[in-house]
Amino acid sequence: MLCENCGKNEAAIHLTQIQNNEMSTLHLCEACAESRGLSTGHPAGVAPLADFIAQMGKSIAAETVATAGTCPSCGLTLADFKRTGRLGCARCYTTFDASLRGLLRKLHGGTQHSGKVYLPPDPTETDRTARVVSLRRSLSRAVEAEDFERAAALRDQIRRLEAGQEG
Amino acid sequence: MVNGFLGAVPDAGLAWLRADGPHADIVLSTRIRLARNLRNFRFGTRAEGADRQEVLRLTLEAAGAAPVLTSGRQVVVSELEQSERQLLLERHLVSRELIGGNGHVAPTHTALLMMVNEEDHLRLQNILGGFRLRDAWRDVERLDDELGQRLPYAFHTEFGYLTSCPTNVGTGLRASVLMHLPGLVLTQEIGKVLQGISQVGLTFRGLYGEGSEVVGNFFQISNQTTLGKTEEDLIDHLQRIVHQVVQYETQARQVLLRDAPVVIEDKVWRAYGLLRHARSTTFEEVMNLLSGVRLGVGLKLIPDLSVYTLNRIMIFTQSAHLEQVAGAPLAEGDADTHRAAFVRQVLQAEAGAPPER
Repeated sequence: MLCENCGKNEAAIHLTQIQNNEMSTLHLCEACAESRGLSTGHPAGVAPLADFIAQMGKSIAAETVATAGTCPSCGLTLADFKRTGRLGCARCYTTFDASLRGLLRKLHGGTQHSGKVYLPPDPTETDRTARVVSLRRSLSRAVEAEDFERAAALRDQIRRLEAGQEG
Repeated sequence: MVNGFLGAVPDAGLAWLRADGPHADIVLSTRIRLARNLRNFRFGTRAEGADRQEVLRLTLEAAGAAPVLTSGRQVVVSELEQSERQLLLERHLVSRELIGGNGHVAPTHTALLMMVNEEDHLRLQNILGGFRLRDAWRDVERLDDELGQRLPYAFHTEFGYLTSCPTNVGTGLRASVLMHLPGLVLTQEIGKVLQGISQVGLTFRGLYGEGSEVVGNFFQISNQTTLGKTEEDLIDHLQRIVHQVVQYETQARQVLLRDAPVVIEDKVWRAYGLLRHARSTTFEEVMNLLSGVRLGVGLKLIPDLSVYTLNRIMIFTQSAHLEQVAGAPLAEGDADTHRAAFVRQVLQAEAGAPPER
């Protein structure tokens, strides 16, 4: 369908209006819609990552090239990451630590995880303690929310962990 | 084979179509997805064949020992016909990435599902009908705990659960709801609402995931960030905002009925009439007409038509589903006539006599 205003471009905005109990629809191309002051309400975050990564590349170049390099575990380079937006392995997070921090801050507003703490199949004492701390946090939330079923389950989990059993 | 899998899983992963959850006239479904990776293997995009096999073996072993998953069935995507892969995709059971690659999917007797060797080694997913974020989260969390006791996840003390894409790191959690918002679209309030949503750390997209267009007034709303907040905080935040959007939508519908009753009734009944009698329809047209009819059902203008029926039409009029029923590939024009016939038949069966008022 062509734009009803200019008749040249493909109509991308379909504006439906109701006035005095009458509905009318206007089909406009993006340029004509914009000239009429209509916001297209583009989906947020279509490609925010690409922008961020492009930005990141610039700041890296300005800093030192030595921090970039290649991941010793999977062979991913910063250039690969800039191209695909995907990291290659867990080690990449250490290899590219310096450049990732800035990106994570932009994406998420911070770098510190505060959710669930993972308890590995063969946990150390530190793992257990960290897990118990996060479970306690969930427990007080569950109590606040009066979700007593969940609270009881969490309490049992904490007890098992403190008794040295897997949670 | 998908047929085997369809037989093994009640509703073949489509339990949410029943629309029995809260606010099911506005919120079609709730989805929770957790991304997890194994510590000593390359992530999906860089993993080699042997690594993938080993990830799959470890995962299936862990899943076999996990009570939640013992009734699951494994589907090897690379062994499926293209049409079967398309069926899974049309049911929103797997991602486009998994369909394109050689991953695996393990649906269970519940709505829980596990994708292996996608972009991340594991994607745990749960889809429920209606607005049920907490219920959906509870089951996924239990599965995650059970698997985590047996699998060495990649976890970083500062960054949390590590993922292939930095947009998922931390909790690895994506919670989303699929909403039908014709009231806000017709009253032109939708722009404001969507803008508000993106200002509070949420994001929206069309029905078919990232970058997809908005079709049939469907919007998927989900958390934008995954790092820095607890899983419960992310879910509660989404819960609160979606609840507000439900209220806005309800108000918008009331305003429409009050200020433009003739316009709305006409729109609803025209849509219904076309669906009842059209002989050839594209999928997009069906989606847009369904939106009008769905609004009519929500406003109780059309009696004796269930949301379940509308949901079924929405899934089963997609091309791979039509081809499955036809038993053969359909050319584009043929698909349109098959689609129209399917819709007529379903509505005829439900409504009986033609609509007259």
